[in-house]
Amino acid sequence: MEFIIISLIKAALVAFVLLTLAAYLVWIERKVLAHIQLRIGPYRVGPHGLLQPLSDLIKLVTKEGVIPSQVNKFYYLLAPFLAVALALISISVVPFGAQIELFGYKTYLELANVNIGILVILAVSAMSVYGVALGGWASNNKYSLLGGLRSSAQMISYELPMSLALVSPLLIANTLSLREIAEMQSGFYLGFIPKWFIFNAQAPQIFAFVIFMIAAFAETNRIPFDLPEAENELVAGFHTEYSSTCFAAFFTAEYVNMVTISALATHLYLGGWNPALPEPVASVVPILLFAGAGLLLFFHGMQTLATRTWDKYTFPVFGVVAFGLAGVFSLKYLTFLPAPLLAIGGALHPVFWFAAKVGAILFLYIWVRGTLPRFRFDQLMRFTWTFLFPVAIVQLLATGLIVALGN
Amino acid sequence: MDAFLFFLFAAIAVACGINLVVQTHPISSALSLIGVMGALAVLYLLLGAEFMAAAQMIVYAGAIMVLFVFVIMLLNAGAETRKSRATFAKLLGVPALIGFLMTVSFLIQALLPRTEPVKFGAFTGGTAQAIGKKLFTEYLLPFEVTSVLILIAILGAVVLARKEI
Repeated sequence: MEFIIISLIKAALVAFVLLTLAAYLVWIERKVLAHIQLRIGPYRVGPHGLLQPLSDLIKLVTKEGVIPSQVNKFYYLLAPFLAVALALISISVVPFGAQIELFGYKTYLELANVNIGILVILAVSAMSVYGVALGGWASNNKYSLLGGLRSSAQMISYELPMSLALVSPLLIANTLSLREIAEMQSGFYLGFIPKWFIFNAQAPQIFAFVIFMIAAFAETNRIPFDLPEAENELVAGFHTEYSSTCFAAFFTAEYVNMVTISALATHLYLGGWNPALPEPVASVVPILLFAGAGLLLFFHGMQTLATRTWDKYTFPVFGVVAFGLAGVFSLKYLTFLPAPLLAIGGALHPVFWFAAKVGAILFLYIWVRGTLPRFRFDQLMRFTWTFLFPVAIVQLLATGLIVALGN
Repeated sequence: MDAFLFFLFAAIAVACGINLVVQTHPISSALSLIGVMGALAVLYLLLGAEFMAAAQMIVYAGAIMVLFVFVIMLLNAGAETRKSRATFAKLLGVPALIGFLMTVSFLIQALLPRTEPVKFGAFTGGTAQAIGKKLFTEYLLPFEVTSVLILIAILGAVVLARKEI
């Protein structure tokens, strides 16, 4: 019973945080892209456009959901459901932080502690092709069909180098559980180089990481591999005929998939929730970071020359929020506080490092979108089959040889 | 709980299997096959063969069935038209099928040696490590022969796909 209640609380928390993150990822993406292109980006709704995701959501939900007359209704409605459900399932085996003890309950910061976690994620991501392919086919539209076909071809092709790339850290870790993989990467070489698999002394996984990231871009249909929704050739690809909530489902699924695959890369190559710096410094970093952000916000808010009138009020508010976060992260130093608060303060530090790494990879996604043009479809296929796949095999063989010699 | 899950997913597998034959549209049939494979994966998981379950989903339900669906979509195959059946099939089809299945189940019961009933959770040799060890020691020869067979199939596919020889 306890287990069910704790699991329900965790599931609700994860779903809420994930969906909010997916919505705000759109805002961050639009802002970052805008600044890369010397624009301002969303600005009208709320301070600095911060309420834009909310208004987008209201707009999408209240719009009329048109079901075109010639579609295959059952599969047309099944496709977005499949896409969003599978995207949310795969996050359930990803751990977010170390073990936490709260009010006498010991629990892991993850939904399901599965000892074949990586295989589960691979299985679910293999199934998520159907959402896109079915959506394209059921729409009864030649552009949608082409988008769906492209997507399934692309996802099958890029799954191979991705699987090969993620096998090599598994060879080093000798386990399939994401939790054990992350725990294995704690500690430092020479006192300052973290023992992440990307810096592994025996077999550094830099090539595997790069191959994995390239394949991950293709798996999530992101630029430069967003051929399934190439708007200048296919209108909007597989979701041309979708509107309202169904379109929102596809949209959410894409962003949730991005988060999942970034979390997977973090666990496999970047040491999970282990800090990037040795311990006395590592605990101070989030406090200094949030305190600095708070000071900066107060400084800009207090300036009388603020050209944006509302900034005078909104900046200090966000400054207070940032100071509050700094206070939360310094909880573990205030030993006179009751034990639950101390436990929360201690448990948040691993979550901070995990979130920071996932955020860095998500920023990379957006950065690449603002920088690179789109591939042509034949280039896309030739790139993976004649270059990425052989390179992935070679690096897997090299890692296997090193691991075998090391034992 | 285990028995309930077993019967639930066994029923889903059988229902999807029947649906696979009954449906007229190839896409519906292919998706029913995916349903069968998914239900089988859950049955593997119940028996403790976790690696087999994941491999079933990744290889069969994922890779192979995506190719099936891909080809069906590429050819844009429509629903097949059903001809009116002979009166003989209409009258005797279902009873004959039931009789056949009963005979088969009777033969299986009678001919196969009685074994212990399966206990859920008793089998622990289903981890990736155990399967890898078996595959590369006890069953090395069949494993290598299979890989050679697949290599021959790939070469055959390349030869067939080439425009001129």
